[in-house]
Amino acid sequence: MPWINCAVGMKRLLPIFAGTFLIAPLLAAQVPAAPVARPARFVVVLDAAHGGSDNGASLNGEPEKAFTLALSVRLRSLLAARGIAVVTTREADKDVTADQRAEIANHAAAQACLSLHATESGLGVHLFTSSLAPAQPARMVPWKTAQAAWVARSLELAGVLNSALAHASVPVILGRTGLPGVDSMTCPAVAVEIAPLTAAARTPGHAAGSLDDTDYQAQVATALAAALLEWREGSSQP
Amino acid sequence: MIPRYQKVLFVLLLVASVGMGVLLWHLLDRAHQRLLQGEASTPTKAPAVAPAVQATLYVANDADNSLQPQVLALPLPASPNERAQAVLGKLLDLYATPGATHPVPGGASSIAQVFLLPVPAAGSGAAAPHGGAQDAPELAVINLTAAFANNHPSGLETETLTVLSLCATLHAVLPQVAQVRFLVDGQPRATLAGHTDLSRIYLTTETMTSQ
Repeated sequence: MPWINCAVGMKRLLPIFAGTFLIAPLLAAQVPAAPVARPARFVVVLDAAHGGSDNGASLNGEPEKAFTLALSVRLRSLLAARGIAVVTTREADKDVTADQRAEIANHAAAQACLSLHATESGLGVHLFTSSLAPAQPARMVPWKTAQAAWVARSLELAGVLNSALAHASVPVILGRTGLPGVDSMTCPAVAVEIAPLTAAARTPGHAAGSLDDTDYQAQVATALAAALLEWREGSSQP
Repeated sequence: MIPRYQKVLFVLLLVASVGMGVLLWHLLDRAHQRLLQGEASTPTKAPAVAPAVQATLYVANDADNSLQPQVLALPLPASPNERAQAVLGKLLDLYATPGATHPVPGGASSIAQVFLLPVPAAGSGAAAPHGGAQDAPELAVINLTAAFANNHPSGLETETLTVLSLCATLHAVLPQVAQVRFLVDGQPRATLAGHTDLSRIYLTTETMTSQ
């Protein structure tokens, strides 16, 4: 009989309803009325360029890949000491493709991505952002031009880095370029290329301001860390 | 009986013939020696390829990451393809000179070919109609030699400046060039010397704003 089955069902459900009404006030007391959005975890991606079979440029006989890895390690320590989470694209001398670098950065959902390079030409620090034309964020973006939606934020990040380096008395050159890897990153991304501090520092044997100069390396790394700290504070503000 | 004056005349003519033969042989030998010594191949007059015209070259400077316009009078061919190759070759010659603001070895021979093609119309595979217009947008394909790419200094700034100066100079000489694509020995290449992307198409309108 359907009526009998219904009555039996109601008898079974009655304790559940009663229990729900009893604990409901308790649940209401524990769950806040309006959920507060947790701030996103601030993550920085450090991409030490080259590695493995790709030596990069030759810096007074030393490969660029070793310099970028050393800078990445130094910068990671500085950022970790300031409580910033860091994801690196490589921790050893190994091959990492441009696509793999972008995959690591995009998976980390980072708030800042720095691609670290070094060169013997030019002076100071060169800050390059993607030369892709800025585009509106979209649900589906082409892999090769994913950075287009982030170009505006990347330029802002380059501005913060520029200020910090200028404050540390390091000459800065700003530019735009097409760089595989960076063009596929979905985060504010800047390629940082470190050159000798002065023209005299390019001559072999001249220690001060050369790429071998540990003081100069520390000066640049500290300025970059300070800039990222400022970037984090700026990102956390509503 | 042959008269005496005829005998004398015959002997004189014979001596003159032999003398002229000896002189001719001597001159021939001297000309041959001069040719072997290369004296005759020394150019004494510049070949007139074409009348010199004013061309603006955007010369890169590593010190301040800039492109500086430099106007030169160059004898450029009339054909757009050859004109593009000549002006880009001149630009790379400037980079190959000692004390250049953007030192890059190679020189003019680094430009293997330059092709100008109509820009494909957006949304279709068909080429944009020419319609006789002189300013129809064109795609320039610059074919570099592998030696140039392999010997190019490695670095973000230096590679970017090379690419941008080639694009800007090409656009200055041939304003109809709207896009530039690079090949190395006829093949696509990921980067110039490990940094700057060579696989993408560069818009000449953006090359100056990238500085």
